[in-house]
Amino acid sequence: MADIEKQIVKGLTGLRDWVDDRFPLMQNWNEHLAKYYAPKNFNFWYFFGALAILVLVIQILTGIWLTMNYKPSAEGAFASVEYIMRDVSWGWFIRYMHSTGASAFFVVIFLHMFRALLYGSYKKPRELLWLSGMAIYLVIMGEAFFGYLLPWGQMSYWGAKVIISLFGALPIIGPDLAEWIRGDFVISDVTLNRFFSLHVIAFPLLILGLVGVHILALHEVGSNNPDGVDIKKHKDADGIPLDGIPFHPYYTVKDIFGAVVFLIFFFAVVFFSPEMGGYFLEHANFTPADPFTTPAHIAPVWYFTPFYAILRAVPDKLGGVIAMGLAVNIFLLLPWLDRSPVKSIRYRGMNYKIALTAFVISFVTLGWLGMQGVTPLYTWMARFFSVVYFSFFFLMPFYTAFDNDKAVPDRVTDK
Amino acid sequence: MENSNVDKSRRRFLTAAATVVGGAGTVAGAIPFIATMAPSAKTKAVGAPVEVDISNLQPGERLIKEWQGKPVWILRRTKEMLEDIASQDADVRDPASDASAQPDYAKNEYRAREDEYLIVLGVCTHLGCSPKFVLKDGDNRPSEDWKGGFFCPCHGSRFDLAGRVFKGVPAPTNLVVPPYKFLSPSLLLIGDDSEAV
Repeated sequence: MADIEKQIVKGLTGLRDWVDDRFPLMQNWNEHLAKYYAPKNFNFWYFFGALAILVLVIQILTGIWLTMNYKPSAEGAFASVEYIMRDVSWGWFIRYMHSTGASAFFVVIFLHMFRALLYGSYKKPRELLWLSGMAIYLVIMGEAFFGYLLPWGQMSYWGAKVIISLFGALPIIGPDLAEWIRGDFVISDVTLNRFFSLHVIAFPLLILGLVGVHILALHEVGSNNPDGVDIKKHKDADGIPLDGIPFHPYYTVKDIFGAVVFLIFFFAVVFFSPEMGGYFLEHANFTPADPFTTPAHIAPVWYFTPFYAILRAVPDKLGGVIAMGLAVNIFLLLPWLDRSPVKSIRYRGMNYKIALTAFVISFVTLGWLGMQGVTPLYTWMARFFSVVYFSFFFLMPFYTAFDNDKAVPDRVTDK
Repeated sequence: MENSNVDKSRRRFLTAAATVVGGAGTVAGAIPFIATMAPSAKTKAVGAPVEVDISNLQPGERLIKEWQGKPVWILRRTKEMLEDIASQDADVRDPASDASAQPDYAKNEYRAREDEYLIVLGVCTHLGCSPKFVLKDGDNRPSEDWKGGFFCPCHGSRFDLAGRVFKGVPAPTNLVVPPYKFLSPSLLLIGDDSEAV
């Protein structure tokens, strides 16, 4: 018995060494997993990077399978989605995983970004890490937008119409640009076909490439942590950070636990509430696209509503588009707007804590307002919270420079 | 190999020249990829004028027809409607339609060839939703003093019964009037206004 075991181990080791002579297998394994030293004090907020990768895998797998039955034409799209839901074995399961995955992606990404706001993960030397993450975020927004047109329901159609018209608001080139994006004078079969192409090929490739860049950038500078202190300052005789632990097995095990908990929630939605009361799959989208009738109540999916509320708050077409674009992209400037020498919120003064709280409240409220109809009160609320939203960023150089920051410990704490 | 007397300026020139030629090639190569996304010949061809029979259209009623994939509204206005339009010149952003899109014959107070018939594209000039036709005493009128018009559910833009945009809403200009002409008192041609028959 023992002899056979020895033979198997010897065979596998031999195979590994054979590969290693021809491909940097162990080198990469060590660099990115077994000898990548991450701070030992990661907490709850550090689940979401790994979970984002998990959701990406779910989206790619279910997307490949959906493509096997979906027909990207104005004639056939809506019917083919119904076909997937009713006639294809387990088709409903694949589709609900994909539609729930889209919302889950944004839940996870928003929390991942919030973590960066809590612990200053965008600050030097992680500026490029932050920018590459922002690039992923923007591409995912595009990916979600393209995907939302594909079922060819009422909300698909009118949502796409509004968003493409945003480009038409740009001076001079606007109308031609909108026509070029549509490939037609209105949203049509042509538009649907090209959105399909972008959704299943172009943007997924971009996302995968950018995720690779993001991880390489992370492993170059090392992970931040809830204390925001640099673990590379204190190393042992072998050059290993005293407060670092190998990513594998410590954090792979932690992340597998997180993945299991996440999947419990994920499949609870998939099985029991795939429409999430109209938030994940909007009711109007169960009606085929009708170019002549705008639904009485039109709102984007929940993850776009904060920006949509800002768009509506500005009583000027171009101004609204600019404000909305700015609201999405202003995160890019965070590393340079933040003047505090302290990274983690644990050692920041009241200024930043108040500002971040106000920002979160305004983001959530704008998200809620973006789902509501237009009334004078809501419009004024949206204006107020838009000002709060932008103040968080534009006033940041001032309130962070004069904040009552505390002393940062030399090494990570056990909190 | 003798490396000491490498002519670096020559090498630099070759690198620069190759970069310029390669860059030009890349730009030229991108043109077809960009151009292929513009509307195709087939797409452009589908835009022929449409005839609309308006003999059954009653005063106060609206008809919707498709032209170039867009909804065209034909509203037969009552005398009261026309009076209401005239009373709201101070409330609209572009009363004389100076900044709006319409053929010359529709650049007047009622934005029409014939005052009775309003013909506009049912596409909001803000972000392209299709506004709702809401009558003076309509159930979901956007305000108490509403005199009838069009209300966009997407972002709350309002237009009067001549398609003129009200002040303080996101839409910048009046609803677009397409080219049209009357072939007979009850037959309308949308998409063509040439005088030659």
